[in-house]
Amino acid sequence: MSYRYDIRLSGSGGQGLILMGIILAEAIGIYDGKYVAQTQSYGPEARGGSSKAEVVVSDAEIDYPKALKLDLLLAMNQKSCDDYYMDLKPDGILIVDSTFIKQLPTPRAYQIPFTRIAREKLKREMVANIIALGAISKLAPIVSSRAIEAAVLARVPKGTEKLNRDALKAGMTAAQKVKKISFPNTPAGFEDEDT
Amino acid sequence: MKKKVQKRELLLQGNEAVVEGALKAGCNFFAGYPITPATEISEILSVRLPQLDGTFIQMEDEIASIGAVIGASLAGAKAMTATSGPGFSLMQENIGFAVIAEVPCVIVNAMRGGPSTGLPTMPSQSDVMQARWGTHGDHPIIALCPSTIRECYDLTIKAFNYSEKFRVPVLLLVDEVVAHMREKITIYEDEDVEIFNRVKPTVPPEWYIPFEDTPKGVPAMANFGDGYRYHVTGLTHDIRGFPTSRPDEIDPFIRRLFRKVSQNFADIQIGEFYQTDDADITIIAYGCVARSARRAAADGRERGLKVGVLKMNTIWPFMRASVEKVLRTSKVVIVPEMNMGQISREVKRVNKGDAKVFTINKVDGKIITPQEILSRIKEVY
Repeated sequence: MSYRYDIRLSGSGGQGLILMGIILAEAIGIYDGKYVAQTQSYGPEARGGSSKAEVVVSDAEIDYPKALKLDLLLAMNQKSCDDYYMDLKPDGILIVDSTFIKQLPTPRAYQIPFTRIAREKLKREMVANIIALGAISKLAPIVSSRAIEAAVLARVPKGTEKLNRDALKAGMTAAQKVKKISFPNTPAGFEDEDT
Repeated sequence: MKKKVQKRELLLQGNEAVVEGALKAGCNFFAGYPITPATEISEILSVRLPQLDGTFIQMEDEIASIGAVIGASLAGAKAMTATSGPGFSLMQENIGFAVIAEVPCVIVNAMRGGPSTGLPTMPSQSDVMQARWGTHGDHPIIALCPSTIRECYDLTIKAFNYSEKFRVPVLLLVDEVVAHMREKITIYEDEDVEIFNRVKPTVPPEWYIPFEDTPKGVPAMANFGDGYRYHVTGLTHDIRGFPTSRPDEIDPFIRRLFRKVSQNFADIQIGEFYQTDDADITIIAYGCVARSARRAAADGRERGLKVGVLKMNTIWPFMRASVEKVLRTSKVVIVPEMNMGQISREVKRVNKGDAKVFTINKVDGKIITPQEILSRIKEVY
């Protein structure tokens, strides 16, 4: 039986979630060579409103393209965290942007202030999504850091490579820090599972 | 010299795959007006077509778009337009013109929720009957419906081929989910794809009869400007293209329009049977819902239910033979659709009573889930 790994990236319109979905799907599908299906849903407005992108990963052709029960949920605002938390599997991974999310549905969540890091460290709020991608590559065993870097650099506009690479690195560093705090007793070896 | 195999592995959106397919088929003219969820087709072709010496025009509206497409095709171009429900409604009159004047063209309709402006960013399958009967008058129509990114590519090529082969407008019904979904697709540049181009007249201009009947029912088509002067009209016309009111000319003309499609039914029927041979329950589905159906069938089999799927890629002409086959062999047939029941009525129409036909109708702007199909199966079986 083939496996299925369901990811949902959620937040509000303008946070770059759909681009994240595309980059993640490209990293997993093209650079890591698995089957992927990426879908999205958003409102008619360009900014604000709710927005989500979903990526389904498998080792076989994917039938139903939307996420079913989530293995990984990224929430970039409080509303999406509240709305989609119930779709998470019991052992699923929840990553939240703690800049905006103050009320957590579970203590088992990775809290990283993606937007604050983007604002303060990189001076560009718009790279919060790339920081989150970096974090995902360290926290979820579904995509390699190398693939995510290749996919990001292939998608972003020319001249922004350094900014985006820095953003990725910032996300990876933040993830490794938060992993130690959230789960200090992580068994040895788990840390390298994603690379 | 050894042929170099060029392989491109891409993560493409449904709309992007439609563009790739169209360019592969030789599309060199696009006129359209952007509309969600079909905008990406215009957006990408506006860059790609000029690079390939083709023509891209953003028209003032959809009525003008289809008009330009018909004109370009008459002048010899392989022409296409792309729109969604509201634009598709505006195009209906000229689609009829393309039918009666026998102008090959491809019209992509990325289906969103309706009626009217409806749900711009949400999927639906509610234009199925509009595709069939949207333009007035008795006419045959070919409409194809992809459910994967690969099919977006392949069926766009087929749409161009059918339009050129039969001199008909061909509709490609994509739903919002498939149009905006991304999947990996491998495109081989030197792949041996059948590309069909319209038959041109071989006789000298003065002998050319533009709407002459042939065994295939498809007259040879001369490009405007090539010296073959003929008349194109939306009025019912004789074999020379001039309006006629003679019953003995009208009847064979209308029948020929039908015949050129009907005698090629076998060529036009595209679909797939998944585990239908021993199935007690068969799901008949198309577009994105066919994917939910596949999942529901797999989950059902795991629970000991014998579920199969008939996926329809050809929506019109209706895949009667394939549907009749599953109606004969199954006890229950389920037709899930994101409308109030458009294809299910056709299924019920051809059902001779061997199977019970049940519907799932979802009109809330969300895709039908595998779970909803399984629940319905439990309810009725």
